[in-house]
Amino acid sequence: MARIIVVTSGKGGVGKTTTSAAIAMGLAKKGHKTAVIDFDVGLRNLDLIMGCERRVVYDFINVINGEATLNQALIRDKNCNLLYILPASQTRDKDALSQEGVGKILEDLSKDFKYIVCDSPAGIERGAHLAMYFADDAFVVTNPEVSSVRDSDRMLGILSSKSRRAERNQEPIKEYLLLSRYSSERVKLGEMLSVDDVQEILSLHLLGVIPESKSVLNASNSGMPVILDEKSDAGQAYADIVARYLGEDKPHRFIDDKKGFFGKLFNRSK
Amino acid sequence: MSTDSQKSPFNSSVLEFKSSTFSVPVLILSSNDLKLIDEQLQAKIKLAPEFFKNSPVVLDLLELNKQNIEIDIEMLVGLIQNSKLLLVGFRGGTPQQNTKILDLGIPVYSASSNIGSNETQKQKTLHTHQTQETAKENHPIETTATLITQPIRSGQRIYAAGDLIVLAQVSAGAEIMAEGNIHVYSVMRGRALAGVQGNHEARIFCSDLQAELVSIAGTYKISEDLDESVRNKPVQVYLQNDNLIIKDIL
Repeated sequence: MARIIVVTSGKGGVGKTTTSAAIAMGLAKKGHKTAVIDFDVGLRNLDLIMGCERRVVYDFINVINGEATLNQALIRDKNCNLLYILPASQTRDKDALSQEGVGKILEDLSKDFKYIVCDSPAGIERGAHLAMYFADDAFVVTNPEVSSVRDSDRMLGILSSKSRRAERNQEPIKEYLLLSRYSSERVKLGEMLSVDDVQEILSLHLLGVIPESKSVLNASNSGMPVILDEKSDAGQAYADIVARYLGEDKPHRFIDDKKGFFGKLFNRSK
Repeated sequence: MSTDSQKSPFNSSVLEFKSSTFSVPVLILSSNDLKLIDEQLQAKIKLAPEFFKNSPVVLDLLELNKQNIEIDIEMLVGLIQNSKLLLVGFRGGTPQQNTKILDLGIPVYSASSNIGSNETQKQKTLHTHQTQETAKENHPIETTATLITQPIRSGQRIYAAGDLIVLAQVSAGAEIMAEGNIHVYSVMRGRALAGVQGNHEARIFCSDLQAELVSIAGTYKISEDLDESVRNKPVQVYLQNDNLIIKDIL
């Protein structure tokens, strides 16, 4: 059985697709067969970030409607042969997603894959709901600013009450916090919420902090998940996150907040 | 849903509409045998004549309608009036019944929750749950506490029929309501409403007050009105002479 991870946030533009691409690549690079699914039907981006937009023939909706098989729609990544992408449809909207259809696809993928990463659209409507409904783990991507934190909190409420696990009274979805676009300089200037501030509001297990970085935009534009840029701070941050998710003990980096709780607790390696 | 004209301190206006909730006994009927209803009702009243004298009452027809039992509304109204109870409304009626009830000049309430009454509020309706239980005709209120151990996130609403105990944080944008007391043993950032059915004795306790709104039996304070001296620390909230008091627990 595969482990289903949803990458979600509520708010748009915080780095969900960047994160989905990076962690899917990271998991595959660690030797786990991984599929990443774009749930943002109508606004598909994941294929661009993954650099496979020219190879899209069939999409998620085609498979749901039975117009193509999963194997026809899955695109093998050019950098890693354990990673597959299921792109969203650009010509349809989220109403084309059905719970049964999504459930069937995830069940079929589960037989063959170790991890399934669901890239959620922004908002809390149908697309976002179906992306998280079947999840086992949730990566909540948050920017260090109040509206993003508030939306994440809302999303956490939905995760704990509207998921399949919640409906079946199973063990709840495991929730992890990913703080992205973090700038320790701006935190020091008081322009940005610190890790502690966000943790105080969300009280969630912190999986990692991704620093604000030019390498993210460069990676997106060139269609290479940023985790492949091993020299970049953001790439390293994602590598740490994948390692921590898989149970490795990695000290937190990129926080650089002397007064902070984590600064005291962990020896920063840089 | 009721007027509160006596207390209006404003010079410009002599009246003011205010929303308020009252605790009113609900009489749930499960038979259309008027003779039997009368007998049993009189027996109940005999047990506590002072309590029932001029007490407002709402009649609940839901049980009857679930079993498709017809009942003569006019005869029923007459029966209640003869028993010195003040009928202030119906709930759970069918559309046809509701039309008939409204024709008689009696309010119709939605079947689910809040029962308001613009009758003179009787002190006795505000007694503890035990007193209400006797008034509720073999349908005692469940006063067990609801326990929540997970954080209550923005957008979530929790309603407890009795007391509500929360062992995790309540986020901004969340709403917790209880007919009894509310205890939050963590940060309380959302909206907390205790005594929502009109229990003035209800209190809110929290170990770190950062709430957007606190309310006891409809009297509320918003975040802006909270004094700095009570923020970010353990406090209790209660009503004293219709004033909302927020102070240290000890």
